[in-house]
Amino acid sequence: MYQYDEYDQKLVDQRVEQFRDQTRRFLAGELPEEEFRMLRLRNGLYIQRFAPMLRVAIPYGLLSSRQLRMLAHIARTYDKGYGHITTRQNIQYNWPKLEQVPDILADMASVQMHAIQTSGNCIRNITSDHLAGVARDELVDPRPYCELTRQWSTFHPEFNWLPRKFKFAFSSSTNDRAATRVHDVGVHIVRNADGELGYSIYVGGGLGRMPMIGHLIREFLPEAQLLSYLEAILRVYNRLGRRDNIHRARIKVLVKATGPAKFAELVEQEWAQILASPQAAELEFTPDDLARMKAHFAAHPHRTDAVNDAGFDKAQQNDSAFAAFVRRNVREHRVDGYKAVFVSLKAPGIAPGDITAEQMELVADLAERYSFGELRATHDQNLVLADVAQGDLYDLWQALRGAGLATPNIGLLTDMICCPGLDFCSLANAGSIGVAQDINDRFDSLDHLYDVGEIKLKMSGCMNGCGHHTVGHIGILGVDKKGEEWYQVTLGGSAENDVSLGDRTGPSFSRDQIADAVQTIVEVYLSERSDEEETFLQCYRRVGMAPFKARLYVEAEEEELAA
Amino acid sequence: MRTLIRNGRIETDDYVWLSDDAELPANGKFIVSLTRWQQQRESLAMDALCVGVNVPNTVDISTVIDDLRGQPLIALSFPSFADGRAYSQARLLRDRHQYTGEIRATGNAVVLDQLAMLQCCGFTSFALRDDQNPLHCLDALRPIDLAYQPVDTHASLVSTLRRAAAA
Repeated sequence: MYQYDEYDQKLVDQRVEQFRDQTRRFLAGELPEEEFRMLRLRNGLYIQRFAPMLRVAIPYGLLSSRQLRMLAHIARTYDKGYGHITTRQNIQYNWPKLEQVPDILADMASVQMHAIQTSGNCIRNITSDHLAGVARDELVDPRPYCELTRQWSTFHPEFNWLPRKFKFAFSSSTNDRAATRVHDVGVHIVRNADGELGYSIYVGGGLGRMPMIGHLIREFLPEAQLLSYLEAILRVYNRLGRRDNIHRARIKVLVKATGPAKFAELVEQEWAQILASPQAAELEFTPDDLARMKAHFAAHPHRTDAVNDAGFDKAQQNDSAFAAFVRRNVREHRVDGYKAVFVSLKAPGIAPGDITAEQMELVADLAERYSFGELRATHDQNLVLADVAQGDLYDLWQALRGAGLATPNIGLLTDMICCPGLDFCSLANAGSIGVAQDINDRFDSLDHLYDVGEIKLKMSGCMNGCGHHTVGHIGILGVDKKGEEWYQVTLGGSAENDVSLGDRTGPSFSRDQIADAVQTIVEVYLSERSDEEETFLQCYRRVGMAPFKARLYVEAEEEELAA
Repeated sequence: MRTLIRNGRIETDDYVWLSDDAELPANGKFIVSLTRWQQQRESLAMDALCVGVNVPNTVDISTVIDDLRGQPLIALSFPSFADGRAYSQARLLRDRHQYTGEIRATGNAVVLDQLAMLQCCGFTSFALRDDQNPLHCLDALRPIDLAYQPVDTHASLVSTLRRAAAA
């Protein structure tokens, strides 16, 4: 993985000292609260309902064992002993003390981590495929490009005060696992007809209160030219994006207002001028730049005899629980004999994405023992050990299971995405963690879950949409009605290649009704599906909303009559 | 009067802001609005007057640069702490259009915590917001020595250093 050199380290260390000074000046009353707010946001620090919340960047989701141990140390020393993996592959702490945050950031910097630009109206952490480098359907590893873009976007002096936050996602595989079409900019690394590497650029996707799918504005951008083109997009946005209304300030609103074709034209004009400028050569990647960065992400030294192991198959035959884990939580690896293993942070009774300090330390040890000392955070709020020899899998599974990290539910209904909701977040209208637990209780039988198969359930406590509800196969959105928590439901969303926004079922459901409603939706699917192979999403797209609506609202009416 | 930092020093502001309805003096140094400049260009171009122009942050620099290139000063404004449009305007003036005069930052973002980035983007003078401590601000304007982006020509570019080290 990428290692800081002296320059990266110096820039991050300087930032820690700058923020220490800003915190001191705020506490001394020398810095107005509103301005400190914007400065602390750019260092990952929110003030939440009960306490500050610190969001630490995990660039493109990649962590070393050493870094994870530091995250555990921070959870234990400065927080209540746990952290929360977010839908953008970052980690959040919900209980740090404001005056200790500079020390936390200094600890982070000692393991090449930071919280820079994880919030505020600037360029945020860059996300990517959690199977980058190991996926079989991948063209090239996207992470070198992510890291080059991370460095360009970090402390960019022109783009620190944008109209609104700005998020990039990179993908280089047949199946888009990074939700690129619902990001401000989605970058697909592709090859053109001549076999040259480059990028397709999508702009203007996003979730939140105006969910939109990104538009293709450039089919093929040459590999060397990424940063000059991104600079052109950002400059057009910084100049023309709306600043009069926070809800109309994302780039998607600008792209919609100009139209994608006109927006593309503005970017092309700006880009042509950047290419003609003296800075063009410095923004361009040389072959050596690319080679040096790619060397950081070279494949691990996989054992060639790993594929000869016979114990893996035997263990599955002998242990049905292990077989279930393999079926649900293990994915193919590009090297025969190796597997990518999902560590589920969706055990029943746990808020989705939460992980304790002890669990972090265990996973750090396991990553070191079985997966070359690296792991990834996923945007579905799980972890992945991406390079496990199949002969080690049974031992790894037992260790994970002992720590409650092996729930075999990846991709199933209970592997839901969920924001912190009203329990923690000051933006939320409604609780989400409690609802997640109610739903978990309904589907606690794993046999039933397997029968239901792949369903992505995504839940947000407000329409800012941190839980990505709009692109859930089943989406749940918490709303406030006269001080009560209600839940709107959408069906048929997807953040993958077949990207689509979910359709509203109709009126929202009360806190008491929402788990029933999810159960009803699942029952309708089971009775409507053509056969066991037809997934929920395929079934919904075939039969449409009508059968779901009929059952959902008839039941609600009957209940009302009975009441 | 607001404190001015220019060329790395605290200086007396030698320009006077002239409102659109104020009578035009016979001589001296003034900053006028872009509107007034465009309406009264000929009378403002008198030899005895030294005129800087204040350009709103909504203006596309490329549409006015030809008209302003000969002026000694262009003032760009930050109507609020978080409105970063003039950062792009300054870069375009300096880098794309090679404007060589004084580019002055004015308004609510001209504070200690933004000065270094303003300087990177090409601003050379800073009309500090009233609540700022000029000495602290001067200290914050020490040139940055290292940058990831080819924006400030004074800073060493990380990618250039790496290319040199690998060569």
